This record gives sequence, C-alpha cells and structure tokens, in this order.
Amino acid sequence: MWLIDSSIGRKFIMSITGVFMVLFLLFHSLMNIVVIISPEGYNMICEFLGANWYAVAGTGVLATGFVIHILYALLLTFQNMRARGAVKYALKKSQKEVDWASRNMLVLGAIVLGFLVLHLYNFWYKMQFVELTGLGDVNKAADGAYWVARLFSNWVYCVIYIIWLVALWLHLTHGVWSALQTLGLNNKTWLPRVKVIANIVSTIVILMFMSIPVYYLLGCGA
Amino acid sequence: MEKNINVTLKIWRQAGPKAKGEFVTYKMDNVSTDSSFLEMLDVLNEKLIKQRKEPIAFDHDCREGICGMCSLYINGHPHGMDGETTTCQLHMRRFKDGETITVEPWRSAAFPVIKDLMVDRGAFDKIIQAGGYVSVNTGGVPDGNAIPISKVVADEAMDAASCIGCGACVAACKNGSAMLFVAAKVSQMALLPQGKVEASHRAKVMVAKMDELGFGNCTNTGACEAECPKAISISHIARLNREFLSAKFKD
Repeated sequence: MWLIDSSIGRKFIMSITGVFMVLFLLFHSLMNIVVIISPEGYNMICEFLGANWYAVAGTGVLATGFVIHILYALLLTFQNMRARGAVKYALKKSQKEVDWASRNMLVLGAIVLGFLVLHLYNFWYKMQFVELTGLGDVNKAADGAYWVARLFSNWVYCVIYIIWLVALWLHLTHGVWSALQTLGLNNKTWLPRVKVIANIVSTIVILMFMSIPVYYLLGCGA
Repeated sequence: MEKNINVTLKIWRQAGPKAKGEFVTYKMDNVSTDSSFLEMLDVLNEKLIKQRKEPIAFDHDCREGICGMCSLYINGHPHGMDGETTTCQLHMRRFKDGETITVEPWRSAAFPVIKDLMVDRGAFDKIIQAGGYVSVNTGGVPDGNAIPISKVVADEAMDAASCIGCGACVAACKNGSAMLFVAAKVSQMALLPQGKVEASHRAKVMVAKMDELGFGNCTNTGACEAECPKAISISHIARLNREFLSAKFKD
C-alpha cells in the first residue's frame, strides 16, 4: 500500500489529517468566540452539538484523524532518525532560513497533545461525556458558558491555555503551509504567498482562541 | 589583500567503512588567505606524506563548482558557511586567524563513510538509474523549433537541471531526506515535453528507490534549499509530490 510504503504516501496522510484538523480548529475557534459575544448564544451551540449523533460521529472522525496524525508522526520521526545515521555531527549550525518550529514539530505536537488531555478533562469530560454516559451533572452538561467561566476564573488556567495556544500557533505556522507543499499545491510564485496565507490563517485561529482566556484574565467575564 | 593566517583543523579520520572514526587535530601555520580550502588540505596532505603518515581522504574533482564531487561538512554547514558555493569555492580568507575549523564527512545512513571525509554517494546513482532518463527515438534529428517550450518553463527546467548531485541536501537535512535531489531530477524532465512520456513512471520508481535506499521523509524544513550550492528551490519538491500523487491516483 503506497500510503504506508512510500515516503510521500506517509506524508500525504500527515497533510490530509493535518488539514482536516486545521478546519476543525477554524470551526472550534469560531464557535468559541461566541462565548464572549453572547453566553446564551454559546450555550445554544453547546445544546445543538451536545451528544447528538452528528456531534458524536464528528468527534469519532476527529479522534481517528488525530490518532492517525500522531501515529504517523511517530513513525516518520523514527524513520527520519534512523536515516540520519548513527554518528551525529560534532558541530551543526542551523540555517537562518529554517524556522525553529519546522525543526521541532514533534516536540510542539507533544506539548499540544499534553495540554489537549487537560482540555478534554476540563470540557469534554464534563459535557459530551456526561451526556453520553449520564455520569455526573447532566443539567450542566450543555451549559458551556458556565464551564468556561468557572475554569477561567482561575488565572492559572488562563495562563496554561495561553501557553498551550502559543505552542499550537508555532505548530500551525509550519504545519499549514507544509501540508499544502506535501499535497503538491505549491510552486515558486506561490511558495512565499502560501507561507503568508498559512501564517494569517494560523494567527487568526489562535487569536480567536486566545481572546477567551485573555478576556477572563482581564476580568471582563467576571 | 593576501596575508597569512594560522588555523587549527579538527578533522574526522576513519580508516575504513567499518572502522571506528575519531577527530584528529592538525595545526596549520602560515596559510595564505588567497588559497582555497581544498588547497589548504592539499598542503596538509603533503606535510602528512612527508612525515610518512596517511594523508586525509576527501572527494574533489573539477574544483570549479560544477562537478558535484567535493563534499565536507565545515563548521556546521555542508560546503562551508557561504551560500551557493561548493567546498572547492570556499577560500581561506573566510576564516579568522587562530580559528578552529571542524571538518566532518556527510552524515547520513544512506551515505556510508568510505574513508576519512569520503562518503559513498552511489545511492544517488541508483536513484538516477531507476528512472532519471528519457527514451529517445532513433532516426533523423527532429527540428528544434517543432517543439515549442516557453521561456518560463525552460528556465524552471534549467534551474532544476543545475543540481550537481553533491548530496549537501541530504547532509543538511535533519531527516536525511533526498527529496530535493530527487525533486530536481524529476522536475528537469517533467517540465519538458520530452520528459512527459515517462513522467508518472519516473516519479514512482525514483521515489521508490529513494525510500528503499534508506533516505528519510521530507518535513519541509527548507534546510536543503538553504545549503544547496546551486540554490535549488523546494518548489521542485512540491512538483515531485504533485507528480507522485497524481501518478498514484491514476493507478
């Protein structure tokens, strides 16, 4: 199977799952800023998604994409370390043209994953999980605004989420354009343009996410 | 202005492919700043020979930056710290008096060390053998003007064809990936009508051979382009991805 056997096939999987998750983040962040504009509106979205079949199916697809992305990342990194050879350079300097993020995608990904577990505990475990299993406070399961306000009333969580989003932003600044490059949607003229577009997209997504902890950190949500 | 400098060389010495290598330090006094880096190594080798010691093995041939034979990982960069030059085009005027210069061979699982600073880059030849060619009909010479090629396309193909196959891209890549080399070799033909006939077959077999020989997976860091002595653009890698994926989806 060329998707597993060939290097470009494996990269294709990485880029497709990556693009898919970027689209999810775009949707997620758009949804989130509603909590600043109107907590009632935000709860309507939470109610609309909840544990309805389409939201559960979406979560399943998303989780699958995520797992594939991580497994392939580990596989690719392992193969790349082996290809580098047993003896390391005694003196190696990085090139100024090479972004720091591009060399540290695995580390950034691990940071993103670590905080994601916390994030799932903070929200998913108290919302969709409760609706699915009936364990916990079912009345509050769709009250997203309540959970958001409760979590971010603690400034430590605001800071933790901001750090997480910075790591995610760095991951995206390389990931978005890199995915397009791997899919072959690039050429000499478009290379700098694609990079700029990728930076704009990832910055917008992260700013939308970040506006929420910052909003609460400044005390506007209290 | 010519002047003489003293430098300390930290050079990787390895007796053979299986032998254990180590760094050996050599002091070089009164090196002319007008001499090239390889000339400086020649002088060192002559000294070693006079002392009845084994000279340092390193690859070199044309010494004018077009053959792709010279290698060397100098002070943390393939082909030294200057951009768009090969090792043979690097001069001693780029170093300071009293500087320590670290010289290593290309490091990559697919480029095993033969001796000292010399590595086996036969893997590149095997990739070319797999599909880096065009079939040509025998018979009369076709009229050159019968196949119109735009200036833009011709330039792009020529840029790809400027790859000298030195392996600096693999040496610089944190993943030991040969994608820039393969992309250049696929692009130079995929862009031109003569190369279109075997385009999808070529992309498939050259990538398959590259993977088979133990090169890594490209993660688009762009280190290859930054270190390439011919400044081959990673946009060729996008073309290779495109060629490969469309060939696979056609199957």
